[in-house]
Amino acid sequence: MNRDVKGSLKSFLVELLVYSALVVGYFFLILHFLADWIAQLYQGDRRIYAFVALALIVGQGIALELLTSALFALIKPRMDER
Amino acid sequence: MNFLISGAHISPIYLMGVGFIVGLLGGFFGVGGSFLAGPALYAVGVPMNFVVGTDLAHIVGKSIVAARKHRALGNIDLKLGFIMVIGTIAGVEAGAQVIQWLKRTAHIDFAVGITFIVVLLAISGFMTWESIKTIRLHGHGKSPTKSRRGEHPSKRDPSAAAHIARFIHRIGVPPYISLPVSGIERISLWAILFVAFIGGFFSGFLGGGAGYIRMPCLIYLLGIPTHIAVGTDLFEIIISAGYGTITHALKGNVDILIALVMHTGAAIGAQIGATLTQFFGGPRIRLAFIPLPIIGIIIIIHGLLAAHPAK
Repeated sequence: MNRDVKGSLKSFLVELLVYSALVVGYFFLILHFLADWIAQLYQGDRRIYAFVALALIVGQGIALELLTSALFALIKPRMDER
Repeated sequence: MNFLISGAHISPIYLMGVGFIVGLLGGFFGVGGSFLAGPALYAVGVPMNFVVGTDLAHIVGKSIVAARKHRALGNIDLKLGFIMVIGTIAGVEAGAQVIQWLKRTAHIDFAVGITFIVVLLAISGFMTWESIKTIRLHGHGKSPTKSRRGEHPSKRDPSAAAHIARFIHRIGVPPYISLPVSGIERISLWAILFVAFIGGFFSGFLGGGAGYIRMPCLIYLLGIPTHIAVGTDLFEIIISAGYGTITHALKGNVDILIALVMHTGAAIGAQIGATLTQFFGGPRIRLAFIPLPIIGIIIIIHGLLAAHPAK
């Protein structure tokens, strides 16, 4: 395995670990704070629920990717110095 | 764990695991992965109406993660993606209308199902032949996507079937557009809309994103380089699946908590899948894609045996 590929895989594994930690944290936030509110919204107003549902999944996608990318950008230069 | 909206009781670990596998496929191949996620949700007691809507919602989140990663790698043709959305939505509506019409017609679904099986078998067979021939001729199976300075990625994504796309590019039906990101100087707008419509039609007819149809169409009919086809398809899926999520949520068919939990696994898988494309050349990605149309065939056969279209 050449040096470039090895370095990329190493950086990627670090990114993956950070990503997993963030995802698990967000997972528990959803379970504990959003579950009841979302269920009430579903019963109460289907139109608001539809847009909140889309906003939540879009927001989760963007937030997780942004946070990981930012952390990865911090990690990568240090790894490149080695 | 109890999901109050759909009334399902499912382990979150199971949902994350399913999400991870589907995310991995989505990030690497640019497909939605409904052929796997749908049956996996149905198998643990999620009602069928929630399966369709919830899966679409989860696809939106997963595709955002994978598409952003692909965008960072320069694999998204935004112009192509936006044009395709129009054809896809029209195709989805047409596919859904055909389903409604078939419900009133005896036996015709069997004939259409058989036709789809033949089409999907042809795609698998053709891709197998093309990928292997290209790898033998050019030895590009292991080449990474990084192009040399000033060299377009399409130049490093040879195909033994490039003459098909060249023929499509010569179709003389205006208006014409250029797709600089994909390395296409001139193509009829109608060719793009037609390919998007075909993908959308299969999506509306069979459910899910029908990436196993759209991806080969992008590569072989439009001549889009494989990596850009993967990234652009994901971008297009965000918009079309987002549209589907809203319409299904209004009908009460989306349990967003299930989708959010699934997405926690899918996000990791999508990151891995998108990153892995850097280490494989176009022909090898196309070769690995071949089982997906076969899975599409299995879905159709299952639908036919269950005496209703696979949706």
